[in-house]
Amino acid sequence: MPTVTDRSIAGEPGGGIGGSAGDVDDGGDVSAGDVDDGIDRTAPGRADVCVVGSGPAGALVACRLAEAGRDVVVLEAGPRFEPAPGDRAERMEAHLRPGGGDVWGMGGPRDRYSSTGDRHYPLNAARVKAVGGSTLHWQGMVMRLHERDFELRSRHGVGADWPIDYDDLRPYYAAAEREFGVAGALDNPFAPPREEPFPLPAFPPSHSDAIFAEACERLGIATHSVPNARNPEPYDGRPACQGYGTCKPVCPSGAKYTAESHVRRAEAAGARVIDRAPVQRLVHDAAGDRVDAAVYATPDGTRHRVEAREFVVACGGVETPRLLLLSRSDAYPDGLANSSGLVGRYFADHLFAGVGGRIDRPTRQNHVGFNTSESHQFYDGDDPVEAIKLEFLNYAGPSPAIEATGSEEWGDALLDSLRESYGTHIAMGALVEQLPRYEHYVGLDPSRTDDHGNPVPEVHWSVDDRTARAIERANGIQRSILRELDATIDWVVGPENTGPAFHHVGTTRMGEDPAESVVDANCRTHDLRNCWIVGSSVFPTGGAMNPTLTIAAVALRAAERIDAAL
Amino acid sequence: MRLSRRDALAALGTAGVLAGATAMAGREPPRADGDARVAPSSEREGSEEVDVEPPTVATLTAAAEVLYPSRVEGHREFVEAYALARTRGRDDYRDGVAEAAAALDAAARDWYDDSFAALSRETRDGLLRELGTVTADADPDGALSERLRYYVVDELLFAFYASPPGGRLVGIENPVGYPGGTESYRTAPPETSDDPGTDGGADGD
Repeated sequence: MPTVTDRSIAGEPGGGIGGSAGDVDDGGDVSAGDVDDGIDRTAPGRADVCVVGSGPAGALVACRLAEAGRDVVVLEAGPRFEPAPGDRAERMEAHLRPGGGDVWGMGGPRDRYSSTGDRHYPLNAARVKAVGGSTLHWQGMVMRLHERDFELRSRHGVGADWPIDYDDLRPYYAAAEREFGVAGALDNPFAPPREEPFPLPAFPPSHSDAIFAEACERLGIATHSVPNARNPEPYDGRPACQGYGTCKPVCPSGAKYTAESHVRRAEAAGARVIDRAPVQRLVHDAAGDRVDAAVYATPDGTRHRVEAREFVVACGGVETPRLLLLSRSDAYPDGLANSSGLVGRYFADHLFAGVGGRIDRPTRQNHVGFNTSESHQFYDGDDPVEAIKLEFLNYAGPSPAIEATGSEEWGDALLDSLRESYGTHIAMGALVEQLPRYEHYVGLDPSRTDDHGNPVPEVHWSVDDRTARAIERANGIQRSILRELDATIDWVVGPENTGPAFHHVGTTRMGEDPAESVVDANCRTHDLRNCWIVGSSVFPTGGAMNPTLTIAAVALRAAERIDAAL
Repeated sequence: MRLSRRDALAALGTAGVLAGATAMAGREPPRADGDARVAPSSEREGSEEVDVEPPTVATLTAAAEVLYPSRVEGHREFVEAYALARTRGRDDYRDGVAEAAAALDAAARDWYDDSFAALSRETRDGLLRELGTVTADADPDGALSERLRYYVVDELLFAFYASPPGGRLVGIENPVGYPGGTESYRTAPPETSDDPGTDGGADGD
């Protein structure tokens, strides 16, 4: 495996390469912690809204509705970590040094899963269960989808059309950028139209960006800035980036946006957030028309029932369909809100493609943990139809502390090795679109149970031939750029050894037709009038852009509809 | 290259001992070649607390002399300020470091009839190897070799190479794990020197 995916970027695409399919219990113990920590986790009285999950989608909805004066309760399966900066430098050290354990405590009985597709899916590297959700470990790249992403079926005869288009989401994209504090510039000739500048200035290009730009210019490839959800200057009570270089999986300073920001705002507006409260079932009324209650467990083993007027499921692309499937009933024998039979179906991800090597000059890698240049030039084409987003990495090759603590040398010999290995690495990555396929799904594995006795999620996923060809195309572009730089090509992540980018989409897809989708254009389930789903699970297609800005935009739009329904 | 207390204070930024103690909202980016990472005096005073026993200091210093490149000097000052201050408020970690250092010292006395710190550099190097720390997996709860790897070898290597003195020797003044700001990544490398960071002053604090 190339060093571009070293310990400094755990969870990077490809993390599951070489893993075998089957049952997975990766050894952590996330249920650890005080059972009696003095926190009241009993159910509140009937709320206006119950939100299940406190990642970016759930947190934004909870924040908007609480600030609108609604009575909101949020149920989060994972724990509440000390807010940044708190102990995050220690978590960073745990990540950088061998033996430090999982940064966010993923793994163990709570997080068991099965991977049954042709390709192993390393689910627990792909998510965080905690207040703030996977934004605790995300990298923080925030691009808007392009217009074509909403119209793939109409334009190219593949995938599916969204029931909304870019113009519908456009004002919500702008709102999401303000909520996150996105740092960006207006230099991307391929970006969809926008109405206003980014809230914060872009991070300037890196030294290696300049090296790439020269080669790309000769090849006719345009490069441009990257919108980042991290602060180049103080914003919204968070500091400027301090340059720790470990954005993924932990930002010690708090400069990177996490959904904890909106959880705090929701709580300040009166919302109640209950952590370590995994929802076991959603219970509906006799008519099967409305959800009555969410039943959740607490660390002491008791179960509680919270009632609300509206329910919002915001558990991510795997746990959201799992909760619906676990909530099956006589009225919904195949799972709640699953009259279409499509809950869990069309699971897709982005695939990583990469090429790396070395050149004859310093490349200044691993000073920061985020990227500053990309090219979206190959995003909107038709050969292949699958979108390709090119990334110019700022973290290619090894970093001294990581290499040193894993070394079998010390003293002068270690220094000599570090000097040899650091300095001239260069690498490109890419996200490649995967079209939705019915046979890729998230289901339940009844043969295994989690710490509450519930069947674990089964992820059945692979890399199809179309996607493989698109990855090869990305590799071809990457190779041409490195050749133009006279770089060695030391490693390639291509169709055979690619891995998922941990962007789970499609498992409760949005659509107009109840027979062909799970939620409508407003994110309300077709089956139940007060049950809403937010998050990337509602995306009919995922393009090749990192999904969180779209998750936020869709959630903000849904929040308005939920508020109107109250 | 002489390590200084200033180097240790810079390294403490890596460990989060100083940064973690301060709410950083409103804080502008530091510079890898600047002084923004150096803590205010009030925090520096706090970092002077030594809550690990002197024998631990002596043992860690003696280990650092083996683990760090031979051109490095000033180990004791660095170890005192860094490796000890960063255990403040982390009782379990402090106990782990102290226990590992004591075990290393005990092994030296058993096998070589003297304290670890009193052994020659070559003998110390050999003892660390004999104890299996070269190939052991770091594990704070593991066997002795694994605990020594975690609390002594990796502790000291991380302190050095995740901070500017060690990073600069390799060619990166803002190594991963160090809050060196958001300017160095944009610039061409500074003029190379075989002895960067001499006397700690090159850290610019």
